[in-house]
Amino acid sequence: MTNELFEVKTGLAEMLKGGVIMDVTTPQQAEIAEQAGAVAVMALERIPADIRKDGGIARASDPRMIKEIQKTVSIPVMAKCRIGHFAEAQILEALEIDYIDESEVLTPADEANHIWKHDFKTPFVCGATNLAEALRRIGEGAALIRTKGEPGTGNIVEAVRHMRTITTEMANLSTLRTDELMAAAKNMGAPFHLVAQVAKTGKLPVPNFSAGGIATPADASLMMQLGAETIFVGSGIFKSEDSEAMAKAIVQAATFYDKPEKLAEISDGLGKAMKGLDMLEINPEDRMQDRGW
Amino acid sequence: MTVRPEYDELTIGVVALQGSFAKHAFAMGKLGIKSRAVREPGDLKLIDALILPGGESTTMTLLLEEEGLWEPMNEVLETMPVFGTCAGAILLGQQVDDERVRCFNKIDYKAERNAYGRQIESFSTSLVIPSIIDHDFHAIFIRAPKFREIKPSVMSLAVFGADPVLMRQDNVLVASFHPELTEDSGIHKYFVDEIVLNSR
Repeated sequence: MTNELFEVKTGLAEMLKGGVIMDVTTPQQAEIAEQAGAVAVMALERIPADIRKDGGIARASDPRMIKEIQKTVSIPVMAKCRIGHFAEAQILEALEIDYIDESEVLTPADEANHIWKHDFKTPFVCGATNLAEALRRIGEGAALIRTKGEPGTGNIVEAVRHMRTITTEMANLSTLRTDELMAAAKNMGAPFHLVAQVAKTGKLPVPNFSAGGIATPADASLMMQLGAETIFVGSGIFKSEDSEAMAKAIVQAATFYDKPEKLAEISDGLGKAMKGLDMLEINPEDRMQDRGW
Repeated sequence: MTVRPEYDELTIGVVALQGSFAKHAFAMGKLGIKSRAVREPGDLKLIDALILPGGESTTMTLLLEEEGLWEPMNEVLETMPVFGTCAGAILLGQQVDDERVRCFNKIDYKAERNAYGRQIESFSTSLVIPSIIDHDFHAIFIRAPKFREIKPSVMSLAVFGADPVLMRQDNVLVASFHPELTEDSGIHKYFVDEIVLNSR
């Protein structure tokens, strides 16, 4: 892989900054998302809340459904493959998906290995719960990192934990002397060159977005203020009472995340947000964020 | 790179609703020039020139209209120098092949969105821009547009294949690629030195 390919991959993520990427399951939903101002859509068969409810094995979506969504919108279309399932990723690349999400929302296909993402021309986004996990994914070729907040819960608590963890760990790295970085890389289990780069720059070498549990404009604002550059909303839109209004409001919140008066206006009379789940209601073995490493 | 004393007096506005606005502000900072995020109509009164960044033109249209920025911006752009990259270049044209995008009609061409194809067709390349930069410019094209029906009033400054990719019409500068994504601030410097300062 050349740097030139990598900058083209991260380049698209740069264009998505300050925006909202929405999960959609039908062309109609994709159209609502685009009309509301989404910068991209994630095409999948079931939104995370329903995957959680239905159980069974969750796989990459039917190409026909993806193609219909591609035909409907002009914004980038992303799609998910299972962790480690490089054949699903190859199919998504053949479909000319704009970004592939190697996602914990689907049932993992490989418990030891993630996809070697450098082999693809299509850029990948991967989830991370901490800095070491983020750097391992970037080492494998991910061009975009997102938090791994517990999907389908409408509960922001895990995304907050991941974002704060990543930010704190980056700040800690930047206080280390050069002769301490190899030990840090060993303890973290992350590639040395990326550890050294973060220690020097104080930030991830790729854009840093947030996903998992975002259900209101205030949630979007919270994650942006904590350092997220763009927001993924999964179940939060199409499980809310008034999807169109909620979609539009979260788009505005991603722009005016630091203006509370504006957020008060945006949040006014939106109807019910998705019901949501407390983390205590989820069995430990059902936690999607623990999939992958 | 020389910092000109005139730079101290300048504030370049960057439309900061969505997209690569932070990268444009960074490029200006490298030249020693102040920038200001433009998110509300009042911000337009505090700037000498405007940058419309890359991003999604459908999202930007919506936010510009929603925030009451579209009309006041259209008005100041009658005279104010402006630099648009990718989605910004689409918005500055006369028309685009997507009814959800509203154009400012400040440069005489029609835009075709994603004309090279989806992300898998995005690429980077070296451009020769003889009138502006004495070295090859490393240009990154992301789901880039192409421009049709370009009128003689538009000056082409660089081409890729047969397509003009950097163009100027009076106070309007546009690129279908992303100079904000590379370390080289040469095109930003050209905008400030030849367009912004010359228009004062």
